[in-house]
Amino acid sequence: MLSFALIFIAAIFFSGIISRTKSIFSGRKGPGIMQPIKDIIRLFRKGAVYSQTSSFVFQIAPTIYFSSVVMAMLIVPFGQSKGLISFNGDFIFFAYVLALGKFFSIISALDTGSSFGGMGASREALYSMFAEPAFFILIGSLALLTGHSSFQEIFSALHLGSYITYALAILATFVLLMIAMIENSRMPIDDPKTHLELTMIHEVMILENSGFDLGLILSAGCLKFAIYGALIVNLFIGIFPYEYTIPLFFITQFLIAITIGTIESFMARFRMGHNAQFIFALTSVSLLIFFGALLILGKFI
Amino acid sequence: MILIKAFLIIIVGALLLIPFLKVAGKGIVVFLAIVLNAALTSYFAVLTLMGEKFEFILPGSIISDVIPIRIDALSGWFMLIINLVFITGSFYGLFYMKEYREQKSKISVHAIALLLLHGALLGICVIQNSFAFLIAWEIMALSAFMLVIFENEKMATIKAGLNYLIQSHISIVFLMLGFMWVRFKTGSYDFSAITAYSSENPLIAILLFLCFFVTFAIKAGIVPMHTWLPYAHPAAPAHISGIMSGVIIKIGIFGILRMLLLIKLDYTTIGYIILFFSVVSGLYGVMLAIIQHNLKKLLAYHSIENIGIIGMGIGIGCIGLGSNNAILANLGFAAAMLHTLNHALFKSLLFYTAGNVYQATHTVDVEHLGGLVKKMPQTALLFLIAAIAICGIPPFNGFISEFLLYTGLYHWLQDANLFSLIVIGFSILGLVLIGGLAMLCFTKAFGVVFLGNPRKEFRHEIKEPPFLQLLPLYLITLIIIAIGVFPKLFINLLLQPVLLFTSNSFPATNTLQYNQDVLQQISWGMWGLIGIITLVFLLRKWALSKSKVSIEPTWACSYTAPTPKLQYTANSFVRSYRKLFRPFLMLSKNKKEIHGIFPSKVHYKSVTYDKLEKWFVDSPIKAIKSLLSRFQFLQNGNLQFYILYGIIFIVSIICIPLIYEKFLDFIDFLKQL
Repeated sequence: MLSFALIFIAAIFFSGIISRTKSIFSGRKGPGIMQPIKDIIRLFRKGAVYSQTSSFVFQIAPTIYFSSVVMAMLIVPFGQSKGLISFNGDFIFFAYVLALGKFFSIISALDTGSSFGGMGASREALYSMFAEPAFFILIGSLALLTGHSSFQEIFSALHLGSYITYALAILATFVLLMIAMIENSRMPIDDPKTHLELTMIHEVMILENSGFDLGLILSAGCLKFAIYGALIVNLFIGIFPYEYTIPLFFITQFLIAITIGTIESFMARFRMGHNAQFIFALTSVSLLIFFGALLILGKFI
Repeated sequence: MILIKAFLIIIVGALLLIPFLKVAGKGIVVFLAIVLNAALTSYFAVLTLMGEKFEFILPGSIISDVIPIRIDALSGWFMLIINLVFITGSFYGLFYMKEYREQKSKISVHAIALLLLHGALLGICVIQNSFAFLIAWEIMALSAFMLVIFENEKMATIKAGLNYLIQSHISIVFLMLGFMWVRFKTGSYDFSAITAYSSENPLIAILLFLCFFVTFAIKAGIVPMHTWLPYAHPAAPAHISGIMSGVIIKIGIFGILRMLLLIKLDYTTIGYIILFFSVVSGLYGVMLAIIQHNLKKLLAYHSIENIGIIGMGIGIGCIGLGSNNAILANLGFAAAMLHTLNHALFKSLLFYTAGNVYQATHTVDVEHLGGLVKKMPQTALLFLIAAIAICGIPPFNGFISEFLLYTGLYHWLQDANLFSLIVIGFSILGLVLIGGLAMLCFTKAFGVVFLGNPRKEFRHEIKEPPFLQLLPLYLITLIIIAIGVFPKLFINLLLQPVLLFTSNSFPATNTLQYNQDVLQQISWGMWGLIGIITLVFLLRKWALSKSKVSIEPTWACSYTAPTPKLQYTANSFVRSYRKLFRPFLMLSKNKKEIHGIFPSKVHYKSVTYDKLEKWFVDSPIKAIKSLLSRFQFLQNGNLQFYILYGIIFIVSIICIPLIYEKFLDFIDFLKQL
């Protein structure tokens, strides 16, 4: 339950910090840190416009998307404290619940009958498919390393003893960070601020959403960032007491947000055609972690 | 014993009755007969799942010896699946076939074949005499053939049917080979002879198993023996497609499991072999499914994928048996058998809904469909649920079996050597990719068929089928949801079938207990998910009730209300996928591009083909054809020549023995010299 509250708090500030970082780097004054949340609250109060073409799928999709993210949030642990739901193989449930949300966001984009929606849906379906193996292999290697198979047990048993484990944790951080960027459609993969809808993935899918639904989608995005941030924090905190880990949690989330802001300021988006290769390359980084785990366990003869 | 007689009497009675009834009567009689037989056999099946075993000995004949009928938990589990799919399928068929009422004789044949198929499949589950088994197997193959070629005025249907018939007989050759081998060596048709004979020598056991494995792999559609499947499924009427995909290919899985029980062999090696073929099947099936434009063909390729997932479960189970890992063996077999049920449920549901679409629009080409959700909301909802379930996404049943499989793989990680670690890595990679690709495929299928604007104007009215036709579909949906939210219940049902495999190796461990807590937690998770969705939905409803909601044309960056042709098509939806996976696919395009100031009509058509079919079926056939064409001069169409061949044949039949005798005499004569 602790993790739920922490992630929730972190999510409030996360996208604000990203846009603040970007504005500082580009020399603008920029909006305040709370601006994204204010936007979302404003959206929750607004009326909505629905397309004539759309059906019940379009109506329920944002709800399911948001709920799936909240459900995933309930599974994430924090150090020793378990998530609300925790069992052997809970990370499988985590990934597949998120997939439920993705499924609905893809078909709701197709529901409007616009070519933009189809474009975004097609790309999202392909890229999210490629991102999944990286996550499963990553958690698989951590499971192998620790001998457990639930989030909480894996993270609390992850001893950062030797140098190789540090290297592994850093690689794992990289993979998780990149998955977070893909899941949220941020810079190296997707550019939410591009001037042309033809070049977007996520933003073009939610073109037709408005009002409460758009608010749900945006807040789900913030939560997703904080969820992956929490997973990264969990790689490092292990069994330390709470008085250290809670500040550490916020510091790490803050650093991640700044990193994302920095990447977005200094990097251009990949060409669409190269995205798939890049995302699949993440899987090979995960495989590297897998072999690292084998090395530590002495499975190589 | 009486019950078996009753079973046969019901079938024979219905068969005699059918030709003399009116069209509506034929359907109802078949349905009633199937329900009666299903009730009869389910009684045994349920008892076996409680832990009982039955054995009846039928007298048989001089040729076949005695015919033992043994019903164990494995047969019970598959009999229940068969009955479930047949009841829903034949009930749905009553309504689906209404459009074909005029073709009375065809309906009679269809009804008879359906009844025989049901009987034969149930027979295959329980008969343990190889001679009788072969007969039941042949009845199944032939009646399924008759069912597939229902629309036999279409050339494509006949072709698909013949393809199926030939391939299923190739599988029978291997089956006969295996049975004859055992009979020749032991002199018994009883299945227990297989166990006795195979335990003599491990090499014999493996060879014998591979012989049966090929048989059942062809039936199940494991790559590269799958090529009949994508033709036969789309050609058949919708309820038959559902039954084929739900049950007939599963009888292949049943066969593999049965042989694993009968033949005692080196489980680890066999496990790796099955696992390899299954991962390949899973990936290849889904990779080809994505590029199909025929909805039913797409579903057929997904059957190959799901057979792959089931096979992975069997493979892992075998490896668990071989490496003395009780939990792994349990998880593997439980996942395989649960997925067998799951796939039977959601795939038959998908085929029935595809049948509804075909009935309403007279096409299954997805590029011509679109926007059906407004005309057929119930069908759309049912298809959506089945699509989510087949992708293995919670809160439906597909997730449960895939979860067991993942848990098995991750459990296996803990005590694996380097080789098996690499195998695990690739299996996980395969399973994850299968899941992701299935999602790509089904978002495409659902999105293009049901959402957006109609891509083609139909002259006739498109409307939802009557409620009674949808009734079996709702029943299936109910079970899909029940397995999703109460997984523990269904895993407990699987206890006995799984124990059949594991009790010899691990007598003491009562094993599925391992997942009880986990499944309980998943159950909570599912309820939590549903609860959160409901909560947010109510919140949204409340928020929207206070503010202004308007309905406008699609905005699309103010390219408002374009023609439906500007929508993404199925082909463009998977364009980037197609480019990435080009090495595995075979695509040809047929297009005419725009030229000049006043362009004429342009067109674009993409045709897909199966690369493995080209390698494993077309090329060998081509080679054989070119060899045989050298003897074509014999078939010259000249009657005199044919009479000459006849005379030569008769003369040689008479003369050869005589010449042979003379020859022997001559040899004797030489010897005397």
